[in-house]
Amino acid sequence: MDIVQDQTAAATVPGASTPAPAGEPAARVVTRDVSVFYGQKQALFDVSIDIPDRSVTSFIGPSGCGKSTFLRCINRMNDTIDGCRVSGIVELDGEDINRPDLDVVELRARVGMVFQKPNPFPKSIYQNVAYGPRIHGMTRNKAELDEIVVTSLKRAGLFEEVKDRLDQPGTGLSGGQQQRLCIARAIATRPEVLLMDEPCSALDPIATAIIEELIDELRENFTIVIVTHSMQQAARVSQKTAFFHLGKLIETGDTEQIFTNPRHEKTQDYITGRFG
Amino acid sequence: MSDAAFGDIDNRSNKELRELVHKNLAGRHRREAIFRTLGIAAIAAALGFVIILFGIMLSKGLPAFWQANVHTEVYFDPDVIKGGPKPVQEAGQSDADYQQKVLAWQRTVTLSNWNNLVEQSVRRLAPDLEVEKRDVLAIITSAARFDLRDMYVNDTSLLGKTIPVALLASADADNWVKGKLPRDLPDERQQLSKGSRDLADRLLTDGSMTFDFAMHIFTNVDSRSAPASAGLAGAFMGSLYMMLVVIVLAVPIGVASAVYLEEFAPKNRWTDLIEVNINNLAAVPSIVFGLLGAAVFINYFGLPRSAPLVGGLVLTLMTLPTIIIATRSSLRAVPPSLRQAALGLGASRTQTVFHHVLPLTFPGILTATIIGVAQALGETAPLLLIGMNAFIANIPSSPLESATALPVQIYLWQGNENRHFFEGRTSAAIIVLLALMIVLNAIAIFLRTRLEKRQ
Amino acid sequence: MNALLIAALLLVLLSVSYQMGWSRSRKLADTTGERLHSRPVYHGAFVAIWAILPALLVLGIWAIFSKSASEAYILSQLPPEVSTGPQGEMVGAIERVKSIANGFGVVGEADPTESAAASAYSQFRTLTTLVVIAVSAGLGVLGLFWAHSRVAHRFRARNSVETAVRIALIACSGIAILTTLGIALSLIADAVQFFSFVNPLDFFFGTVWNPRFQSTGADAVGQYGLLPLLWGTIMVSGIAMLVAIPVGLMSAIYLSQYADYRVRNVVKPIIEVLAGIPTIVYGFFALVTVGPFLTGIGNVFGLDIRATSALTAGIVMGIMIIPFISSLSEDILHQVPRAMRDGSLGLGATKSETIINVLVPAALPGIVGAVLLAVSRAIGETMIVVLAAGNSPVLRLNPAEPVSTVTVTIVNQLTGDADFTSPQSLVAFALGLTLFAMTLVLNVVALYIVRRFREQYE
Repeated sequence: MDIVQDQTAAATVPGASTPAPAGEPAARVVTRDVSVFYGQKQALFDVSIDIPDRSVTSFIGPSGCGKSTFLRCINRMNDTIDGCRVSGIVELDGEDINRPDLDVVELRARVGMVFQKPNPFPKSIYQNVAYGPRIHGMTRNKAELDEIVVTSLKRAGLFEEVKDRLDQPGTGLSGGQQQRLCIARAIATRPEVLLMDEPCSALDPIATAIIEELIDELRENFTIVIVTHSMQQAARVSQKTAFFHLGKLIETGDTEQIFTNPRHEKTQDYITGRFG
Repeated sequence: MSDAAFGDIDNRSNKELRELVHKNLAGRHRREAIFRTLGIAAIAAALGFVIILFGIMLSKGLPAFWQANVHTEVYFDPDVIKGGPKPVQEAGQSDADYQQKVLAWQRTVTLSNWNNLVEQSVRRLAPDLEVEKRDVLAIITSAARFDLRDMYVNDTSLLGKTIPVALLASADADNWVKGKLPRDLPDERQQLSKGSRDLADRLLTDGSMTFDFAMHIFTNVDSRSAPASAGLAGAFMGSLYMMLVVIVLAVPIGVASAVYLEEFAPKNRWTDLIEVNINNLAAVPSIVFGLLGAAVFINYFGLPRSAPLVGGLVLTLMTLPTIIIATRSSLRAVPPSLRQAALGLGASRTQTVFHHVLPLTFPGILTATIIGVAQALGETAPLLLIGMNAFIANIPSSPLESATALPVQIYLWQGNENRHFFEGRTSAAIIVLLALMIVLNAIAIFLRTRLEKRQ
Repeated sequence: MNALLIAALLLVLLSVSYQMGWSRSRKLADTTGERLHSRPVYHGAFVAIWAILPALLVLGIWAIFSKSASEAYILSQLPPEVSTGPQGEMVGAIERVKSIANGFGVVGEADPTESAAASAYSQFRTLTTLVVIAVSAGLGVLGLFWAHSRVAHRFRARNSVETAVRIALIACSGIAILTTLGIALSLIADAVQFFSFVNPLDFFFGTVWNPRFQSTGADAVGQYGLLPLLWGTIMVSGIAMLVAIPVGLMSAIYLSQYADYRVRNVVKPIIEVLAGIPTIVYGFFALVTVGPFLTGIGNVFGLDIRATSALTAGIVMGIMIIPFISSLSEDILHQVPRAMRDGSLGLGATKSETIINVLVPAALPGIVGAVLLAVSRAIGETMIVVLAAGNSPVLRLNPAEPVSTVTVTIVNQLTGDADFTSPQSLVAFALGLTLFAMTLVLNVVALYIVRRFREQYE
C-alpha cells in the first residue's frame, strides 16, 4: 500500500495503524486526526500520517504552517507550553503516547529531539553527551558511560574534532559543531525516533552539508523526522516528504514524487516558489 | 529495532536499556515530587511570614485604637478656678499689652487646681467608694487637666456650670481594664494601687467607663508625661515635610538625570562611570546616607539638627537612584521608532525627548516617584543620625523646626518603659505607617492603569 | 519675609523677560515678514534664562557666604578679647548680638558693647541685603537687555536654549557622582581624624570594643576593636542568608517553573509586600514576636536562646531579604533561554532534573550576583539589629547570645550626647567607612557578574 494519503483519505481510515505490506518499511509512528490548540486558537487541523521506520521523513511548508507544532506532538513537547492542547491519536509502535498513564519521561528517552538553534548545556562536552544516559540511569559504571559518550560523538561525526578537549565547555564550539554535539547528545539515549526541528537553520552552508551527510548516515539506525524550510534540503536528505499549509497536511508521499509530480495544486505552487 | 542498530556501542539490547530506564522511573518521579513539595513549602513559608507579620501587627495594634474613657460630668467650680474673668481689650490699649494680659491670665488659670475638678468628677460616679485622691487621679491621664483648662479658656461662660465630659483613662488604667497585666499579681508588682484598680473595675462594670475610638492618636503630639494621650500628629507632619522635600528635589533631578543618561549621553567611560555609580548608590546602606547627612549637611553646612529639611535632603539622595533607574527603564521601553519619526520630521533631539518621549513615560515616572517616596517614608536609620530621634512635643510649623518622623516615632515608642501600653501603641503606629504605604502603592497602581489605558 | 519678597521679584523678572523676548521676536516676524530661525517661545526662554541666571548666581553666593560674613562683621564690632577668647564663648557672644539685633532680647542685661554691635550689625544686615538685591536685580536686568538685543531673525535661540537645558541635565546627573564623592570624602575625613586618636591597627584588629564615654574621665579614650562588631555583622548576615537563600531561591524556582500564571499573579505581589515593609516594623516584629518565640522553643529543647540575639535578628532579616532574592533570581531564571530547558526536557529529564542540572547551573552567575547584593543589603541593615540583636559588642561564637554589629554601633555612637569631635563620635565614621568599603566591593562585584550574565544571553 502507498503510505501517501491525502487528508480526506486519512479521515476515512481513523484509529489504528494499518499493517504495512511487504516491501515497504513498517510505520514507526502513526497519527490520526491530530489537532493542536493554543488556548482558543487552533494551530493544527486533523493531521493523519504514517512515518516509516529507518528512513528520513521531512515536513515542509511555509513558516507558521504547523510543521514544528506537529513534530512536537510526537514526543509531547507541547506539554511544556502553557495553554496548549492536543487531540487525536499519536502512536509509537502501536502504543498511544497521549495515554494518561504513559510516562513522558520514558517516551522522550525513546523519541529524541534536536532543536532549531544549537542548545548545548553550559557544561563540558563530555557532560553534555553523558547527560541523557546519566539522568535515565542507563549505565552501571563510568566505563560504560565513557563508551556511550565516545560512540555517540563518533556517530555524530564530532569525535575526531573534540577528542582532546572533552572537558571543555560545549558552548565554546562553533555553531555546526554545537549542533552535532546536540545530535550526539540526543542519540546517546539510543532513541528509536529522532525528531529534528530545522536543525540547520542557524548554520552556514558548510556546516549544513556536514549535518545533512550525518543525517543520511543516521538513517540506517534511526527513524528520523526533520522539519525544514528548505525544499532543497528536504529533497537531499529525505525519502518521504509531507507538505503542510495553514495548519493542514496537504500532501505526503515519496520525496521524489512530491517534488516532480505533486498531486495537489498548493504543493505545486509551493515547490515552484509561487509562495512561501 | 534490532540490536545491530547500536551493536557497536555496547552489547546490551535496546530492550534491556528500556527496562533499565523503566526501573529507575519510580525513584526519579519521587525525587521530582519532593522537589516540587520543597518549592510549595518555600512559597508557603514566604506567604506565611506575610500573614503572621500582618496578623500580629493587627492583633496587637487594632485594640490600641480604642482606649478607655470615663464618661462623667464636670463642675467648673468657681472656688477652684482662679484668675477671674478673662481680660478684655480696653480702648487705647495696645495689642501687645493686651496679649500680655491674656497670657498672664492664662497662666493664673493654669495654676488653678484642675486636678481637683478631675478628681471630683470621677468621684461623683462612685461616691460610696473610699479611695484616696492619688488613686482617683491615677486612673485618668494627666493630660485631662489641660483639656479641662482649654475648655474653660475657650469658653469662660462654663464657670459654675456642670457639663458632661469624657476623660481619657491613664495608660495604667487602660492596661488594667484591658487585662494586659495578670490580675492576680501581688500589689507591689501592680502599676496601680488597690484603690485605683477597684475604682476602674467599678466604673467599667457600671458602664461609665467605655472604650472609644482614640482620635487623639491622629491629632495629638507625642507626650512623655501623659502616655495615654500621646499621638502621631507631630511625626506625621515631620514625615509630610520630608516627603515634600523628596518630591520637590528627587523627582526633577532624578528624571533629568535619567533623561540625560538615556537620551543624550554619549556612550563612553564617563557615562559608564555614572551608570556604575548610580547602581552602586542604590545598594549603599541607608545608614551611610545618614552619616553623610550628619557630616555634610549638619556639620559642614550648619543646617539645624532634627530638621525635616535635612531629613528630606538625606532621603532625597537616598531615593534618587531608585527614581533614576525606574525612569530609565521606562524611557527604554519607548520604541526607538517614535524617536526616529520625530527626528525625521525635523524636530531637534531636545524637542523629540521633551515633546514626544517623556510624555509617554509619565506613568512610569509616577510609579517610580511613588516607590521612591514609599521607600523614603519607611526609612529610619539615617534619620536617627541627624537627630530626628529627639523628643518633640510640638507640631513643626516649618521644615526647619525640630521634628520627628513616623518610623522614628515607632522606634521611640517601642523603647518606652511602659511596655504593656506602648506595645499596643507602637503596633497602632505601625498599622498607620503600613496603611499609608499601602495607600501610596494603591494610588500608584490605580493611576498607572488609568494613564496607560488612556494612551 | 525676605525670602518671599526675593522669590516674588525673581518671578516678576522671569515673566517680564520671557514676555519681552517673545514679543520682540514676534514683532520682528510680523513687521519684516521674514522667517525666524527659532520660534518665539525659544526667544522668550533665551532671554528669561539670561535674566534669571545672573540674579540667581548672586543670590546663591550670598546664601553661602552671608553667615560667615555677618559673623566676621559682628566679631569686628566686639572688643578684640572676644575673638581671641575660647571658641565656645565667641560663638555665644555672636549669638547674643544676633538675638539683640533680631529683637528677641537676651537673658540678663545687654552689655553696652553688645548693644552697639547689635545696632551696627542690624544696619550692616539691612545694607548688605539691599546691596545684594540691587546687584542681583541689576545683573538680571543687564542680562535681560543683552539677551534682548540679540533677538534677531538669524539668531539661533532654540540651540542656545537647548544647550542650557542640556547643561542642566548634565548637572543633575552629576549629583549622583557628587553624592558618592561626598560620602567617600566625609567618611574619610572624619575617619582620618578618628585615627589621630586611635591607631588604625588597634581599630581593625582589636578584639575589645569599649568606647568609654567622656564623663568617665578626660583621659579615657577607650578601646575600639572592630572585630567583635564585624563578627556580629557576619553572624547575623550569615543567619539571614541561611533563611533567605533557600526560601527565596525555591520560591523563585517554583514561581517561574511550576506555578501557572494565575497562582503567580496572586503569590508574587504578596511576597513582594515583604520588600515594601519598613525595616523598623521588622525590628519590632523580631522584638515582640520572634524573640520570645525562639526563647520558648529553646526552653522546650533545653537550650538557652536569648530573646534578643544574633539568631532573632538574623532570622527576621532573612525574612526581609526573601523577596529580594526571589524576585532577582526569578528574573535571572527567565533570562536562561527556553531552548536550554527544552533541550533537557526533550532528552527525557524531569522538571526537577532540568532545573537542578541545567537551569540553575546556567543561571548560577546571576544568582551569585543576586546573593551578593543581598549580602550587601544584610550587612548594611540597621533597624532590625538595633532592636533585636541585643547590642552586646563581645566576641561570641554562640548565635543564641546577643551580639552587636557595625551598623548598631554607628547608631549608638552618634545618637548619644558625645561631642562631635570626640573619638567616641568620630569612630562612627571609621565604622561607616568600613561598612561603605565592604558594601562597595560587594555591589561592584555583584553588578559586574550580573551584567556579564545578562550580556551572555543577549
